[in-house]
Amino acid sequence: MTTDANTYAMDEAVGETRLDRGTQGVLGKPLNRYEGALKVSGRAPYAYEHLAGEDVAYGFMVTAGIGRAKIRSVDTSKAEAAPGVLTVISGDDVLRASALPMAPAAQTIDGEVFHYGQPLALVVAETFEAARHAATLVETLYEPGQGRYSLRDQLDEAVNPGPGAMQPDNLRGEFEAVFAEAEVQFDETYTTPSHSAAAMEPHASVAKWDGDNLTVWSSCQLLETNVIQIANGVGVPVENVRLLSPYVGGGFGSKLGIGPDAVLAALGAKAAGKPVKVALSRQHVFQTTSRRSETIQRVRIGTTKEGRITALAHENFVVNSTGNSFFEPVAISTVFLYAGENRKITHRLAETDVLMTASVRAPGEAVGMLSLESAMDELAIRLDLDPIEFRKLNEPEVAPQDDLPFSSRKLLQCYEEGASRFGWQNRPEKPASRREGEWWIGSGMAAASRSHQLMKSSAEVELAPDGRATVRTAMTDIGTGSYTILQQITAEMLGLPPGHVTVLLGDTALPPSSGSGGSWGANSAGSSVYLACEDLVRELAKRLDVDPSDLTLKDGQAIAGNRQIPLGEILGGETLTGRGTIEPGKTAETTNQASYGAHFCEVAVNAVTGETRVRRLLTVAAAGRILNEKTATSQCYGGQIWGIGSALEEELVIDPRTGLLVNHDLAEYHVPVNADVPQLEVVFLEERDTAASLLAGKGLGELALAGVGAAITNAIYNACGVRVRDYPATLDKVLAGLPDA
Amino acid sequence: MREFAYSRAGDLEEAGRLAEEQAGRFIAGGTNLLDLMKLEVETPKALVDVSRLPLGEISPTEDGGLRIGAMVTNADLAADQTVRRDYPVLSRALLAGASGQLRNKATTGGNLLQRTRCYYFYETSAPCNKRNPGSGCAALDGFNRIHAILGTSDQCIATHPSDMAVAMLALDASVETRLPDGGSRTIALKNFHRLPGQTPEVESNLQPGELITSVVLPPPPKGRHIYRKVRDRASYAFALVSVAAIVAVENGKIASARLAFGGLAHKPWRDRAVEEALIGQEPSEALFEEAADLLLKEAAGHGHNDFKIPLGRRTLIAVLSEATKEAAQ
Repeated sequence: MTTDANTYAMDEAVGETRLDRGTQGVLGKPLNRYEGALKVSGRAPYAYEHLAGEDVAYGFMVTAGIGRAKIRSVDTSKAEAAPGVLTVISGDDVLRASALPMAPAAQTIDGEVFHYGQPLALVVAETFEAARHAATLVETLYEPGQGRYSLRDQLDEAVNPGPGAMQPDNLRGEFEAVFAEAEVQFDETYTTPSHSAAAMEPHASVAKWDGDNLTVWSSCQLLETNVIQIANGVGVPVENVRLLSPYVGGGFGSKLGIGPDAVLAALGAKAAGKPVKVALSRQHVFQTTSRRSETIQRVRIGTTKEGRITALAHENFVVNSTGNSFFEPVAISTVFLYAGENRKITHRLAETDVLMTASVRAPGEAVGMLSLESAMDELAIRLDLDPIEFRKLNEPEVAPQDDLPFSSRKLLQCYEEGASRFGWQNRPEKPASRREGEWWIGSGMAAASRSHQLMKSSAEVELAPDGRATVRTAMTDIGTGSYTILQQITAEMLGLPPGHVTVLLGDTALPPSSGSGGSWGANSAGSSVYLACEDLVRELAKRLDVDPSDLTLKDGQAIAGNRQIPLGEILGGETLTGRGTIEPGKTAETTNQASYGAHFCEVAVNAVTGETRVRRLLTVAAAGRILNEKTATSQCYGGQIWGIGSALEEELVIDPRTGLLVNHDLAEYHVPVNADVPQLEVVFLEERDTAASLLAGKGLGELALAGVGAAITNAIYNACGVRVRDYPATLDKVLAGLPDA
Repeated sequence: MREFAYSRAGDLEEAGRLAEEQAGRFIAGGTNLLDLMKLEVETPKALVDVSRLPLGEISPTEDGGLRIGAMVTNADLAADQTVRRDYPVLSRALLAGASGQLRNKATTGGNLLQRTRCYYFYETSAPCNKRNPGSGCAALDGFNRIHAILGTSDQCIATHPSDMAVAMLALDASVETRLPDGGSRTIALKNFHRLPGQTPEVESNLQPGELITSVVLPPPPKGRHIYRKVRDRASYAFALVSVAAIVAVENGKIASARLAFGGLAHKPWRDRAVEEALIGQEPSEALFEEAADLLLKEAAGHGHNDFKIPLGRRTLIAVLSEATKEAAQ
C-alpha cells in the first residue's frame, strides 16, 4: 500500500498482466453502459439540470451582429429595466469564445468584436424567457472594422505556426527534385470546409457561490484545465473552484476548453446573489464556442511505374483567429502512413476574423485523410493497380519520417480481413459500369490511422469492508463509455462482479485525470485505475503473505495456494485505498504508436440527381486491447457516421462578406440522419500493444472517422466516374460531372 | 421571445373576434411560428390558439372530392386511407416532409403558411426584406444555394418550404376560409400564395384575421401519382427541387398532366404551358426535354443555386418518364 501517488511512467513495454489472465472474465465483454439506465430514465443530470427546484436565475448571452469592430458602447439600461431582469454582465472580461484546450485562460473581448456572433454580455433574469428577450434590448454601438473572412484571400499572409499537436513541417530527403523526376506524378488540391462539433448537449453551466468558493456544473471534457480556465476567467484562485461534469452529452473536442457560458454564469451568479444557469442556444453553440478550420490541401505523390512512392508531399493551409496558434494538424497521419524516402509535409496558418478554430473529432485525420486517401485511390487507378495492392506496395517497415519502429501495426491484416468480408473482389472494376435502375453502384476503400497518445492521469480505488470497490477519478464520460470500462478494469483486477464496483467521475474533488479527448481517455484513465488496483492487490497479497503474482482474485474471493478467503475477511472491517498515476514515458519516444483500420464502402449514386446513398459501410480496426466490445463498437459507429457527414453533408458556411456563419442551426447545418446511415459493420482484430499503455490498448474513438469520407468519395468515383475534391460531395458537385442519365 | 397575450378560441366566431380585437396571430401546431418567435423573427403581440376548433375532420364532398379540416395533422392526413388510395401524391409529399415528431404536431392550415428557410431570414442581424421590409436582401449576393430560380424579384429570392402544398397545387386544391366579418370564401390554391415582387413580407392573399378552415380537393384525378423530392440528405431536409406529378396516358398519348414544383420559387410553382405542351402528345424523351425547357425558360440562378436549373430539368424528365413508362410500352 502506498500513500504517495504510485506513479508509473510508460518507459518500457509492459509484460503479461493480470488483465491477460482474464480470471474474472469481464474485461472486453460487451457490458451494457454503467449509467445507461440512469440516462434513459432521466436520472443522469446534465450540466444545466443541476440545482433543479432551487432558487436560481437564468442567463442568456448577447452576441454581436457584426464581424469585426471596435465596441464604442454597450448600453444595458433598457435590458436592465426589462421585467424580471436582475443584472447584466458586460465589459472587457467577457470571453470571446471557447478556451483552447490547454490554455490557462480563454481570450477576452477587450472592447472589440473579433468575429460575427461573439459574446458581448449576459443578461440574468428570473426566467429564461425574460433573459432571452432582454438580451435583444442591449444596444451596442460599433466602429466597424475591415474583416478578413476568407482563407483563400489570406494565403499570402499564412505563417508557420510553430509546434502544435504535431510539428508543422516534416521534411525528409529532396522532395522537389525527386518528384520532378518521378516516373508518375500526381498533383491535386483538395478543399474541406469548416465543421462544427454540434454535440447533442449544448454547452451549459450552472454556477453557485458559497462565500468565496465557487461550484460550477458544466459540460466539459478536461476538468483539470477547465477548472483553471474558469478560475482565471472569474478572477479567483483555482483552489476556490470546484467543477463537476458527471455526465456530458457529447463533446467531440468542442468542450476540451470551456465555453463562454461557465465564466459568465459565475460572474452572473456573483452579481445576482443567487445561482445562475446558462445554456447556449443552438445558434450560440455554432457561433461562440469553436469550430474546425477549413483547409486547402495540395497532395503530390511521385512513384515509379510499378507504383513505389519515391516522393510524398502534403502541404496545407488552415486558419485561426487572432492570437490563436492552434492549427488543424491536417497531415498528422501522412507523416507515418505510407513509405517514401523524400517527404514534404507542411502546415501554414492564416488569420481570419471568424470564430476560433480548435479540435473537432479526429483533428487532423478527419480532413487530412479525405485528401490523402482520395489521392491514393486516384493514383492507384492511374497506375492501374488495385487500391489495396497500391497501399500494400507502400507499406513502410518503420515510420518513414524518423525510422522509429511501430509499436504495433496491423494495417495489412485490416485490408485483408476487410476485403474478404466486404467482397472487394466483386466490386465494379470500371467507373459507371454497374447500374441498378436509376442508380450507379460503386465501391471504395480507404485506410484509417490515428496517432495514439497516453496522458498523465490519476485514480484511486477504495475497497470497502464488504468487499465492494469504488473508483474515483476526475475523468469524464462524454458518452464514450468511461464509466463502464473503468468498472470492468476494476472488476477484472480485483476479481469482483462488475455490479460490486461503483465509479465516480467528473468532479475536480476527485484525483486529477487526463479527461476525455484525443482518444486518450480510455487507456490513460484506465491505466491509472489499473495501477490503483495493483496497489490494492499488493496489499491483499501482503496480508496473505503471498507474492502478488501468486494471488488469484475471483468473485470476491482471494485464492492463494490452497486457500480461498472472501475479501471481506482479509479486510477485517478495514477500508483499503489504492492509488495510481500513469504518465507517458520513453515508449512514446522510442516507438511510433498508432491505431489502424480499413474502411470499405458501397454507395449508390442517383444517375438523375447526383444524390449519394451509402449502402454498406464496413470498418475493420486494430487498436490493441478492446476494453468493452459494445462501447467500442458504438464509438466506431459514431466515427463512421461522422465520416458519412464529412463526405456528403457537413459544411459550416462562412459568408465572405460579413463573416457570418450562415447555417448556424441543425436544420441547415446538415449532419447525417438515420435514413442516411445504412447497416454499419465494425470488426476488431485481436491485438495487444504493450508499449502503448498498461492495458495494451490504443486510442480508438477517432480512428473510425479517419478515412471514412474518402472511402465514400472513392466509391462515388467507382460508381459514376465523378471525382469530388471539394468536400462535401453534395449532389450539385456530383451532378456537374455525371454521365447522361 | 417577446411577451404576448394568449387566448384559446372555443369556436370559429370567437377565433375571428379574438384575432380582430387583439390583432393576433393564429397558432395551431406552432412548429414554425414558435421557432420564429424564440428568435424574434416574428413578434406577435397576441396568439389565438385555434388548435381545439372542430376542424379536425377529413370528409367526402358532395362532388366526390375531399374536405380536409385545417386542424388535421400532417401525420393523420398522410395516413388517411382515402388520401392514400385516391390522392397518393399528397400522402407521399407529406411523408417526405419534416420528421415524424413534427408531422404529429403540424396542421394542414399551418403547413400552407409556413415561412421560408432562407438562412438570412432567420438571422435577425442580417438584412432581409421579408423580415424587415426595406432592409435589403442578404441572399441575393450571399450564400443562396437553397434559393429560388423562378419568379424571384430584386427584393427576395426565398423559396416556399412546403411539400404538402406542392402536392395540393397539383391536385387543384382550394382553400376555404372564414373572414373576420363572419363570412367565408374559397381561394384556389394557385391564387393563395404570392410571388415576392416588391412586398416579399406578404406571402399569401389572406386578409388579416382570415382563418383557413379547410382545404378541398376535387375528385381524384386519373393518372399515376408521383412525388419526387431531391434534397441534401435522405430525410429531414427541405427540397432543393421537388415535383408533384399526376399524369394519365390513354391510347399512347398523354391525356392529362398536372405538375407542380417545390424548391424553385417563392410559392409552389405550376406552369400550365408545360402541361399543355404535354397533353395530347406521345410520351418521348424529346417531348419531356421540351417540357423541361419550357418550365425553365425564365429560370435564373444566383450563383450557388445555379445547379437547380439542370437539376430541375433532369428531375422533371425523370418524373415524366416514370409517370408514362408502362403506358408507353
